[in-house]
Amino acid sequence: MPLAAPILQELGQLLGPDQVLTAKEDLIPYSFDGTAALREMPGCIAFPTTTEQVVQVLQLANRQQIPVVTRGSGTGLSGGSLPSPDSIVLCLVHLNRILELDQANLTLLAEAGATTQAISDASTAAGLFYPPDPGSMKISTIGGNVAENSGGLRGLKYGVTRNYVMGLEVVLPQGELLWTGNKCVKDVAGYSLKDLFVGSEGTLGVITKVLLRLIPRPAAKQTMVATFAQMDQAADAVSAIIAAPIIPCTLEFLDRTTIGCVEDYARIGLPLDCEALLLMETDGHPAVVADEAAQMERICRAKGAKEVRVARDEAEATRLASARRTAFSALARVAPTTILEDATVPRSELAKMIRFIQEIARKYNLRIGTFGHMGDGNLHPTCLTDERNQEEMHRVELAFKEIFAEAVRLGGTITGEHGIGVAKKSFLPEFAGDAQMRVLRELRRTLDPKQILNPGKLFDPS
Amino acid sequence: MSGAGSHLKNFDYSVVQQCMHCGLCLPTCPTYDDTRLERHSPRGRISLMRAIADDRLEVTRVFGEEMYFCLGCLACMSACPAGVNYAELFEHARAEVERTRVLQSPKRSLIRKLTVAWLFMDLRWLRFVGRLLRLYQRLGLQRLVRASGILKLLPARLRELEAMTPTILPRFSAELIAPITPPVGPKRFRVAMLTGCVQDLIFSDVNRDTVEVLAQNGCEVVTPPRQFCCGSLHGHNGEPELARTLARRSLDLFPPDQFDAIISNAGGCGSHLKHYARLLHDDPQYLARAREWDRKARDIHEWLIEIGTRPPLSAGQPPQTVTYHESCHLSHGQKITSQPRQLLRLIPNLTLVELPESNWCCGSAGIYNITQPEMAGKLLSRKMGHIRATQAPTVATANSGCLLQLINGAREHRVDTRVVHPISLLAQAYRRETPANTVLRP
Repeated sequence: MPLAAPILQELGQLLGPDQVLTAKEDLIPYSFDGTAALREMPGCIAFPTTTEQVVQVLQLANRQQIPVVTRGSGTGLSGGSLPSPDSIVLCLVHLNRILELDQANLTLLAEAGATTQAISDASTAAGLFYPPDPGSMKISTIGGNVAENSGGLRGLKYGVTRNYVMGLEVVLPQGELLWTGNKCVKDVAGYSLKDLFVGSEGTLGVITKVLLRLIPRPAAKQTMVATFAQMDQAADAVSAIIAAPIIPCTLEFLDRTTIGCVEDYARIGLPLDCEALLLMETDGHPAVVADEAAQMERICRAKGAKEVRVARDEAEATRLASARRTAFSALARVAPTTILEDATVPRSELAKMIRFIQEIARKYNLRIGTFGHMGDGNLHPTCLTDERNQEEMHRVELAFKEIFAEAVRLGGTITGEHGIGVAKKSFLPEFAGDAQMRVLRELRRTLDPKQILNPGKLFDPS
Repeated sequence: MSGAGSHLKNFDYSVVQQCMHCGLCLPTCPTYDDTRLERHSPRGRISLMRAIADDRLEVTRVFGEEMYFCLGCLACMSACPAGVNYAELFEHARAEVERTRVLQSPKRSLIRKLTVAWLFMDLRWLRFVGRLLRLYQRLGLQRLVRASGILKLLPARLRELEAMTPTILPRFSAELIAPITPPVGPKRFRVAMLTGCVQDLIFSDVNRDTVEVLAQNGCEVVTPPRQFCCGSLHGHNGEPELARTLARRSLDLFPPDQFDAIISNAGGCGSHLKHYARLLHDDPQYLARAREWDRKARDIHEWLIEIGTRPPLSAGQPPQTVTYHESCHLSHGQKITSQPRQLLRLIPNLTLVELPESNWCCGSAGIYNITQPEMAGKLLSRKMGHIRATQAPTVATANSGCLLQLINGAREHRVDTRVVHPISLLAQAYRRETPANTVLRP
């Protein structure tokens, strides 16, 4: 249902009439994000072009108690930017300038709608490096990355989005503008509010500017792929590499189902009789890279790898890495509906978790391929199904319930990098416990007394 | 609106459903890139098609306009991790727009009747119009009319269109190419050569060059003088029935069991004519033949690399620098990206410089530059900027729409660049080998 005419009129006056969309043909394309099988119609789409306009929209929404859902490119995988019914979708894609790259302090200041790729490119052009690389980085916005605390393939060595946020400009739900953080490496003045907003999933404020930390670009990189007949051998190899101690920048794996799908799709020549494939990369000073690569190769062989292939040049590195990069595509082609999850466990429990997922797939007679970030314990069990098959969808639900419970039992988490949003909302209270839930609710109520920001996401008011 | 006969409701739903709306298509879509509106993005358009299939949305005028705002460049298909067949969806959506007549106006109907249903259904009429136009141009009438200032009386849009009129070549394909061209040296293959529709009028020289290059590489080339449009124009513009009729005519003219390959040198045509089996899926009489046709249909670059191309001899080849613009339907539609570059690199003394964003649409997109001049103009400026930046005196591209668009772009933007088909460069290189070798020249 569209919003009341006077409200739309006021929004039009604030943003310009062509920056507020209400036609059905305009609303439908904003009725979902990157999450499977979720859809909700918004009331309107609003496109601010300045922070001042965001302030004014929130003042209006707060006064009229209209729900506001902040959105960047809508690539989230937990329903975080799914519209609340009849909400204002506040789409920040026009706030996309990169405002400053400070070579002396190694920082970059950008508006929230700048894409992760644009930030990465700007950093590279200055000889610097912004490491977080979520799968959707070509179009995902930095504001969305911060709101979801996005991860990526480089988490083990370089951390996640949170580790690069130095400051934020946030518009609070009542329309007040707040700056938190600065260019200082050390700053202990008061609570670290910026850390509160990182991962807040659009519930505590609207992030409008982001100050990021950059690091020097590593000079060299070496890529290799190893295959193992047993999952435990791969897990042992990973443990031995980390104990060496080497922190590779990439340590990714594919399970048997995924290897089969990748081979079907990309014909890279992967062995089909192995349980695990590891893609490993080390980067840094050329001498260190050469030494670490040699050690990693030795360790993999010692742990019983069937084959270890070390890239001789850039082209071969790209080809080897393509096995991992095409994993998701290869799986997604198999069935009409692809449900990508992100259960995460401590590294030491990985092999157990992967075996558990395979048992669950058998138990519920489902096709689940698992790939993911072996170095940081972040798994992507990916269920290949069809949302029109309600009976199967029910089994999918039961299977994931067990998978999440097992992840928690092993000391892990229900979501490593996608967020709670709508998709994992029902799992949060049990995972977080009463005390955490109370604090979370009170925090949210304090900042957003009228509960206008992203209602229905993360958790319910009580 | 009832669902009977609906192209979207009766369509295999799993193709729509295959879109998992991850958004990875967005940065590759020229219309999204320009507007940042989801409606103008592939996943946005698919969501509208799905809404129609679900009965959550009627086919509206806005929907119709959206389907024609899409370039159909298929860049989204290269980016899509889930393998959504957007080409098929898009054709069904446009067919639905035509079926429901939401865009109908007397002017639009007249233009469509004249072109899609008449000129391009029977190429004899197209050639007749071509001859009239040629006469107008060759008698100096065009120059006279342009100089007289009489064009100023026309509305601005018509004036722009007049300026875009391509130069009709003095001879069409049938006057340049024998019905059967023997191979130079031993015969390795027997192939059919499609001369195209527009291509036949304004780039018949490219057709001749293609036949020459094929012959130079051991192919006997069959080029019947009277051919048919491949139907891509019809398929891409919401006329599946006409496209089916044309596919059947081509299948009759070129029984696929008589050839090793059926060759096209235009990216847009190739992308369509490799899917005749899909088009004729419910035609028992033609389906088997269509399948064989699909197996044998080849883009010229693809075919030449597949059979192994003889590099031209290096003596007497002048140094030249060339950049390459990829036709959307060659790169995204047919996934042919390396072969044209490989062929260009075969030419001695030729330096290939990469064009930034080489696979970003130039705005030609079939007849898009005529129907959506504003968006097409933006894309053309972007493309010409990149071409200028390479400083290459020659740009090669393998589709008649792109060739025309870039020729107009070079004129409009005053970029001093020659626009050629890659195969013409190869043919020229072969011709330089032995000046006496005029076997195939008329």
